[in-house]
This record gives sequence, structure tokens and C-alpha cells, in this order.
Amino acid sequence: MPTKEEVYEKIRTALVDALGVDEDEVTPDATLIGDLGAESIDFLDIVFRLEKAFDIKVPRAELFPEDILTSPQYVKDGKVTPEGVAKLRERMPFADLSKFEKNPVVKDFANQLTVRDMCRYVESKVALTG
Amino acid sequence: MRWIWIDKFIEFDSGRRARAIKNISLAEEHLHDHFPGYPVMPNSLIAEGLAQTGGLLVGEVNQFQEKVILAKIPKAVFHFPALPGDQLIYTATIEQLDAAGGRVAATSHVGERLQAEMEIVFAHLRDADRTKRLFEPKNFVFTMKLLGVFDVGRSRDGTRIQEPPGLASIKAAPGHDCSR
Repeated sequence: MPTKEEVYEKIRTALVDALGVDEDEVTPDATLIGDLGAESIDFLDIVFRLEKAFDIKVPRAELFPEDILTSPQYVKDGKVTPEGVAKLRERMPFADLSKFEKNPVVKDFANQLTVRDMCRYVESKVALTG
Repeated sequence: MRWIWIDKFIEFDSGRRARAIKNISLAEEHLHDHFPGYPVMPNSLIAEGLAQTGGLLVGEVNQFQEKVILAKIPKAVFHFPALPGDQLIYTATIEQLDAAGGRVAATSHVGERLQAEMEIVFAHLRDADRTKRLFEPKNFVFTMKLLGVFDVGRSRDGTRIQEPPGLASIKAAPGHDCSR
């Protein structure tokens, strides 16, 4: 069972290998898309790497809640409704959505995910030690 | 010209591993441009051959009902140039596979020497209407026959991969030129 540091190290390695970034670019606050330059196809690669590194299964909808973000029930005029934000929080308890909530434009959502969020997600999937 | 960059399969272990041969001949026109006076097999075409080996392996798992496209090559290392007269042995191994796509480790060898190694990520294309027009399963099966998969292929249970009945009467659709 990994420690928090080990989780972070493995995620950093996965991102360095998948995105071709330098180790020091991978900081907890770095956003995957905005800061590290991830494109949509990279997420498939990243998910494969996380699954292998931690021996876990990563259902795509847990990290990329497209069903919510494209649902007329939760999106009005290009923005996620308060009900939709609540649904996102429920789906992604590991993600810090406080900034997004202030102006929940759907197209900005993809750039919310940070390295810290990803660490929290993996931590929720593996039993930590230490 | 057919966009097929392998000559034949020598092993096809369904869902696990495939090995294919690419013989490099000076009769191949592109070698004379790459480079004039010093012909070498372009690494991009070796990458394509490795991707075709892995792509057919991934596609066959679901009988080509999932449309497999090359999404990304996260890593590619070429150790030495491949020259006319060389026989490249491509090996593709499925590392991970799920509904969204697959991840393949691939190598190219000349004899015992590791010539190239690659990681390849394939995605399953979701747009059903478009993919139906672009990728007919029968075309992939046709390519499989052309490349000898039915001569060497093994299913997961160890039995021979069977050629679908009536395949001999199928002709590849016009424009069919891609084995992925």
C-alpha cells in the first residue's frame, strides 16, 4: 500500500511520460490542460498509466463527467446549473470545484483538473499507509 | 498503392501478441528518396508497420466491431537504421485493453538486434455513422487474410482463428487502403 508521497511520485512519473513535461513542471497546483498541455487523447494514455501504476480501475466518467456536462438537465446557456454543480461534486469529491463554481462555464470545466485533484482521486482508490 | 507496411504475420495470438515480417527491398521507390545515395527505411514507416501490427491485433479482439484508430505514440526509440535487405520482425503485445481503447508495446528486430521500440495507444472511435462509412469490418478481415493471419492465428482458447465463410468471394471495398 503506497504512502501519499509514493502516490504523488507515481503520478508525476505518469504525467512526465505521457505529456513529455519536465518533472519540475508537475506541481500540485498545475492544471493538466492549461499548465501541462494535456490534450483529450492524452487522458486515455494517462488513465492507462494510472491503472497500471496503481493496479486500479478508472471509470472514465469519474474523471471526465461528460454525461453531466452535456446534459440539458444540468446545463443551461453554456453554464452548469447549481444542481449540476452539486452533481459534479458528488461525482468528483476529490476535485476542488470552488473556483469553477463562481463562473461554471462548461467549456472551462476541462481545465479544472489539477495534479492535486488527480492525487486525491488515486488516494481515494488505494488504501494509503503512513 | 496499398498502405500496408507489413508483409505477413508469423504469429497472431488473439488478444495477446502478434508478430509480423517486413522485408525491405531496394525496389521500394521511397528508399531512393530517403535518402538519395543512402537508402534507409524511414522510421515513420516502421512506426506505421508496428501500428498496423498492433492495430489489427487490437481490432481483432472485438471482431473489428470497435473501430480502432492510432491515438498516440508516447514513446518511440530507433536504435539503428533499417537497410535494404534487412528483414524486420515486428512484435506487438497488448498491455492494456478496455472499452475506450488499448495500449500496445511494440518492437522491431533485425535478427536478434533490437532495432526499434514503441509504446502505442489506440482509441476506439465512437462516431458510429462515420466509422461505418470509414471502416467496414470485412475490409479488415480481407487484410487479415492477405497478411496470413488465418495461416498462423490462434484464438484465446488455443484453437485456430477461422477464416469467415465466404471470404474468398469478398472484394475489398474501393478506397480500402489501411490496415488499421
